[in-house]
Amino acid sequence: MQKRFWNEYQKEIADDHYYYARSCIRQSFTPGAENMFLKILREDLGKDVYDDEHQHTCTGIGYHSDIVPFYTTATVMARLFSLMTAAGYKNYIPSCVTSFGLYVEVLETWKHQPETLEKTREYLFKATKREFEVPENIVHSSDVLYKFRNELKPKMKYQLVNRHTGEPLRGVEHVGCHYAKVFPAFGVGGAEFPYVLAGLIEAWGGEVVDYPERRHCCGFGFRNYLVQANRGYSVSNTHKKLESMEPYHPDFILTNCPGCNMFLDRWQYTISEMEHKTYDTEGKGIPVLSHEELAALLMGYDPWEIGLQIHQVQVESLLDKIGIEYDPKGKYADASGRQLAPPEKPTCLCV
Amino acid sequence: MGALYDKLNEDFRLEEALNACMSCGVCTAICPAAEFYHYDPRAICTIVQSQDDAEIEKLLKSDTIWYCGQCMSCKTRCPRGNTPGIVISVLRTYAQKMGYFVENEKGRQQYAIEQTVGQNILKRGYCVHPDIVTVDKHPEQGPVWEWYMEHIAEVSPRFGAKYHQRGAGAIRDIAEDDLKEINAIFEVTGGKEMYRQIEEQSETFAKEHNLPMDEYVQHIFTEDSGCHSL
Repeated sequence: MQKRFWNEYQKEIADDHYYYARSCIRQSFTPGAENMFLKILREDLGKDVYDDEHQHTCTGIGYHSDIVPFYTTATVMARLFSLMTAAGYKNYIPSCVTSFGLYVEVLETWKHQPETLEKTREYLFKATKREFEVPENIVHSSDVLYKFRNELKPKMKYQLVNRHTGEPLRGVEHVGCHYAKVFPAFGVGGAEFPYVLAGLIEAWGGEVVDYPERRHCCGFGFRNYLVQANRGYSVSNTHKKLESMEPYHPDFILTNCPGCNMFLDRWQYTISEMEHKTYDTEGKGIPVLSHEELAALLMGYDPWEIGLQIHQVQVESLLDKIGIEYDPKGKYADASGRQLAPPEKPTCLCV
Repeated sequence: MGALYDKLNEDFRLEEALNACMSCGVCTAICPAAEFYHYDPRAICTIVQSQDDAEIEKLLKSDTIWYCGQCMSCKTRCPRGNTPGIVISVLRTYAQKMGYFVENEKGRQQYAIEQTVGQNILKRGYCVHPDIVTVDKHPEQGPVWEWYMEHIAEVSPRFGAKYHQRGAGAIRDIAEDDLKEINAIFEVTGGKEMYRQIEEQSETFAKEHNLPMDEYVQHIFTEDSGCHSL
């Protein structure tokens, strides 16, 4: 009975031959996460993933800020699908959760109102002379890691275990609102039991920590961050989450969405400057990792090649707990190996 | 009664988003915006559902419709399967079409978003790109971001990025031909028309208030009259 019930919360995740759609925010703030996702799929799992130089934004941030109309977004997405079709792929992986939710919204609209699909096809042809196929399978990048979580485990150099105590490391996960709140059937575990990140933590040796505001928004709020005057909304929501998770002493925060990843990281710095408050016992903050970054770390990739030094909350406390070896000198080197002066130190947050 | 509602209903999303709301208020209970602003999505659904043109027009001209953060938590919890967040999108789209958005502080901010995210899509092919996340406008990004922006050309290749280069990879420059097609899509689908409406209404408003556009955009980007939050 329980098994049958849980099956309703599963989704189909294609097992090879993917077209990868990059995220505006992830490329900008944590480009190494996307790079590592491609490396893990190609080199560690032997999968075929296409990274198209002609791809572009899905317009999702513009759509949810209401400056971009529905048909414009749908037709821009259709152009991306035409690139996928032309490259010979049918399985589509967005890196961004906002994109993923919006792709699903557009696909569901096309399904339930077929005239909108026809209109999109007409618009795309009129603007570009292009045609497209609707993807057969569309999943978020975390879904793919979830699918292969058990296959990756024996290849991993490290586990989510505290090397000093032998206890599982405690992770809080944040799946991001648009992963399953709008269309629950498209998320692993749906909106009620989202398991896509929890499944990674558990499979890789850690313990998932529940906390009251686990499903609260990270606070992005689109126009509520994009306009400086509104950012109080954004930081207040992140503050609410951090206050809620603090008593449970998490070792790390695991994220799905590139926006959530950035906000949960940067607002820790802002709150420390505003209120001299940090959310761990040593004043260093709680390290925030995305699903790709966590997978890459445990696989044994160099933290500084993953790009963890460009997070504001520094990750060494977590690396030390796991027992990950790293070269402190490599942290602030450029691509040629030249040492650069480190960033300035925040007033309160220890780095 | 209902003519304005009929106009809203021309947006097919309204039918999907609002059907037989029973005003239970679960959307308001779960809403992050309602915790921060004087904001009540239940009241918005009630007004739209009433088809009362006078009330709908007041709503369209108010700050209220601009508070929603589009997290869509309301969708998950609504016992009727409604999506107040999409009702908001329908209202915002129409407020921009009619020029109502310049009649309130939060609505006027749309011009700042159009000038940043909107133009970035057309000129770079990205909603967000490091070049627009400048340190002066984003002090919350902190010293590591400042360091990264100072050294991005030399450091980002470590992460497989192609900053201001061509070819597959993160934050690569998108080719002219691809940008042309994005621009053509915006032209034929009404995207550029929406941008023009936002620009023209904003320019008219700024002119009426004797504000040069650079001052106007700075003002709407940073001004908070302090009357919005709880």
